[in-house]
Amino acid sequence: MAEAFPSALVGPSSKERKYDRQLRLWAASGQQALEESRVLLVNSDEPWGKHNTGVSGVVGVETLKNLVLPGVGGFTIVDPAVVTEPDLGVNFFLEEESLGKSRAEETCRLLRELNPDVDGSFYTKSISELLKDPEFLPQHKLVLVSGPVKRPSLEAICKAAKEFGIPVIYTRSVGFYSTFSLQLPAAFPIVETHPNPESTQDLRLLNPWPELAAAGASIRNLDSLDDHQHGHVPYILLLLHHLEQWKEAHDGQVPSNYKEKSEFRELVRSSARTSNPEGGEENYDEAVAAVLKTLNPFSLRSSLREIFEMEECKHPAPDSANFWIIAAAIREYYQRHSVLPLPGSLPDMKAQSADYVSLQNIYKSKARKDIEEVTQIVRSLEAQLGPRPAPASDKDIEVFCKNAAHIKVIHGRDIPIVDGEATTLKAIRNNIDIPDSLVPTFLAFQALDDIITDIQAGKISEEALDDEKVWGSAIDHILGAFQPEGASTIEDGDARERILQAAQELRRTQGGELHNISSLTGGLVAQEALKVITRQYVPLDNTCIFDGVRSRSEMYKL
Amino acid sequence: MVATTSPQRWKHLYSVLTKSGPFSDEDWVPGPETISALESSKILVIGAGGLGCEILKNLALSGFKDIHVIDMDTIDISNLNRQFLFRQSDIGKPKAEVAAAFVERRVKGVKITPYVGKIQDKDEDYYMQFKIIVCGLDSIEARRWINSTLIGMVDFEDPESLKPLIDGGTEGFKGQARVILPTLSSCIECQLDMHAPRPAVPLCTIATIPRQPQHCIEWAHQIAWQEQRKDDVFDSDDMEHIGWVYNAALERAKQFNIAGVTFQMTQGVVKNIIPAIASTNAVIAAATTSEALKIATSCNPYLENYMMYAGEEGVYTYTFEAEKKPDCPVCGNLARKLTVNPNMTLEEFIETLGERPEAQLKKPSMRTEEKTLYQRFPPQLEEQTRANLKLKLKDLIEDGQEIAVSDPAYIIDFRFRLAFQ
Repeated sequence: MAEAFPSALVGPSSKERKYDRQLRLWAASGQQALEESRVLLVNSDEPWGKHNTGVSGVVGVETLKNLVLPGVGGFTIVDPAVVTEPDLGVNFFLEEESLGKSRAEETCRLLRELNPDVDGSFYTKSISELLKDPEFLPQHKLVLVSGPVKRPSLEAICKAAKEFGIPVIYTRSVGFYSTFSLQLPAAFPIVETHPNPESTQDLRLLNPWPELAAAGASIRNLDSLDDHQHGHVPYILLLLHHLEQWKEAHDGQVPSNYKEKSEFRELVRSSARTSNPEGGEENYDEAVAAVLKTLNPFSLRSSLREIFEMEECKHPAPDSANFWIIAAAIREYYQRHSVLPLPGSLPDMKAQSADYVSLQNIYKSKARKDIEEVTQIVRSLEAQLGPRPAPASDKDIEVFCKNAAHIKVIHGRDIPIVDGEATTLKAIRNNIDIPDSLVPTFLAFQALDDIITDIQAGKISEEALDDEKVWGSAIDHILGAFQPEGASTIEDGDARERILQAAQELRRTQGGELHNISSLTGGLVAQEALKVITRQYVPLDNTCIFDGVRSRSEMYKL
Repeated sequence: MVATTSPQRWKHLYSVLTKSGPFSDEDWVPGPETISALESSKILVIGAGGLGCEILKNLALSGFKDIHVIDMDTIDISNLNRQFLFRQSDIGKPKAEVAAAFVERRVKGVKITPYVGKIQDKDEDYYMQFKIIVCGLDSIEARRWINSTLIGMVDFEDPESLKPLIDGGTEGFKGQARVILPTLSSCIECQLDMHAPRPAVPLCTIATIPRQPQHCIEWAHQIAWQEQRKDDVFDSDDMEHIGWVYNAALERAKQFNIAGVTFQMTQGVVKNIIPAIASTNAVIAAATTSEALKIATSCNPYLENYMMYAGEEGVYTYTFEAEKKPDCPVCGNLARKLTVNPNMTLEEFIETLGERPEAQLKKPSMRTEEKTLYQRFPPQLEEQTRANLKLKLKDLIEDGQEIAVSDPAYIIDFRFRLAFQ
């Protein structure tokens, strides 16, 4: 009998087997995006004074490890440093023989060993040197900068990346603390946000389209069904049926508030048969449980409403990305029908196989029809806009329609610095006094950046990294940025005290990294990098601070 | 052991061990003694997989010199996307040995002792030699076993018998790290209902009314295989077996007009595959080893006691203190309450125990103080008690009565108080 089901001749390829556990998260499309991306790591800039080689760059290397393993297309390491003894105590991607050699070359070599599918290259020149070549930066889809680095270098990298629309992640890890910020382009759209599957259900029970309404009407003779049939009517149909009953008794109105819905729920509950051996019916239990969750009129989420109001969505230009063309088409669809295209998925429910499949088909065909309509709008928009590099693919339109309710556009911000944008100052001010806020830790890192900038400019020696006076004045300088607006909250000694405390933890290692904290941070940074590269899930907006003393983190929009 | 400690090499680590921070305990004495306490702490890592590889690397670079690692598995191709100590050429070799050798080679001066086998092979004497135990496991059962073992080892006269257990776990973009001080703080068993198993599909759905592709796969795996290939022991790592189940499922799906059965889904269902990526493992593993360093050296306060992480939308963590439960079957002294339907048969009750988040016992035997309700072993006793399976709970026990449940996967008995609905 073993021949009854012959074995598949074609199983998964060895690549699919190697990447199986991640393909279940971002599918072939995410994997393809990853494989087509090259990441640039600027892992150090220059030494901190005469005796300190500067950033160890462990966060950067650990981040790359987490990108090389899942198969990023390639990576470039820029690192002028030479491997020193302290490097071997924190960096796993160096070995005894690496001492005295180029750190860029050695880390590149040992990272490449992790995955033969990944290309790796390195430069021992400084990043400012490399940026002179206009072709250098645009080869990359993401830039990682290991800090602290001096301000002018960071600014040069961020500015250049911004011109090409390349995202930047700036990381710092010192002692038990770390922080990183993500700079995204001015508009960063995401279609596949992977919301919780429960929140994506759109069953349209209050406003069924004709085919669904007809299916609901088909069980008018519910009472004549035998117990087995009665206990297997899909709960969607039960709800549609009882809604019709309700409407007849309520001037055609559906239950609209909590009280009415509770009454309706009782109506449904009381219609279940209890005289059977089980003393109840599972499909009715499901129907009762679904009343409050599913009987809500369609409403557009505010995030989507905002996208519909964006200029590029209202009036896509000939050079607009396909995202905007499809978003404009969805907007048009919404204006016509006051609902979004149906996602078309149906949750599992107690039902006979054939009944479930035919109900599922009603949802699927409606979704297909909606996709066709959106596609027509997209094509006519494309025609109006004139020649474009590539028309939106059918696949893209389909994925967009399925995810329409949950798409997101992140408005990228610059890497935050205290004397930068006014919005950064405001966000810091709003968050600094919240109990347990990690903003003081962020400000201590800002002070460290200032100190490193002065050390690299030769204004002070590396001894400053643990100098009470230097830190005190760096922190005062930062607090000074808040003065012009007369911010009494920042003058308040408590905030200063907390920044000083955080600074003390940074001073403990004189700017040095601990492997655990850098490895953890490299995990977090890689996670964000994957989300940016695959354009799936929702990346950080825009700063994360990790406190390894208390084992916790916070996100801030700075 | 030869000290290979070069102060220059361990410069950054030593600076947090020789200097107080703003949050270090006031009584803590930083300096050489702290360093040597760390270097002489023997530490055990359970699991050399996705978390284990990271944990070994991190401990070696945190100054631990004497590390042991247990894992029974061999390396599979699907490990290579995250288990960075393994290469294509290592496929089929034992994880514990390859991982230990790699980290020993890379980090000078660390000694890593692998053991290829099950944690259950080892006794209390073995676990007693360690100062700290770090777990990177994918099995709830193994966690529960080590948890109850460590709790059973605590001798209140001997502080050395209390072994901090640091546990990490991941699923996709999510994970958690927790610190357990056996008998003193909330344990794995106290927190069991926070990690509920996925509800199983009812057998009647699989057997008669499939609706989803997964139902067809379950049918092929649980029913068709039994009917048609009962002489072959099903092996989820055997591609031919998976292929057969896939084709059987496809055939059934076709019969019921169900779309969506794929090879990948078939593998996922029969192996109960949990998505796993390098970055999440890195976060959780480092969270556990950072706690290990803090516990071994007191250089900063340790986690009390649970940090969860979710990375799907930005970076979200939540750190809180899980509570120790007085009715925890392992570390508490009260029986845990289970509300049951008195009309349920004993057999049905036994089935639900596998799935109820607060029990999760797959092969339970049980007794009241007076009588045995059902005993799986030895066979004579099984035969004697089998008739009880068909009886209703209300005919076997009183409302509120306490029962003791044993399960071959655990060394202890679980006490439950059955309250009638």
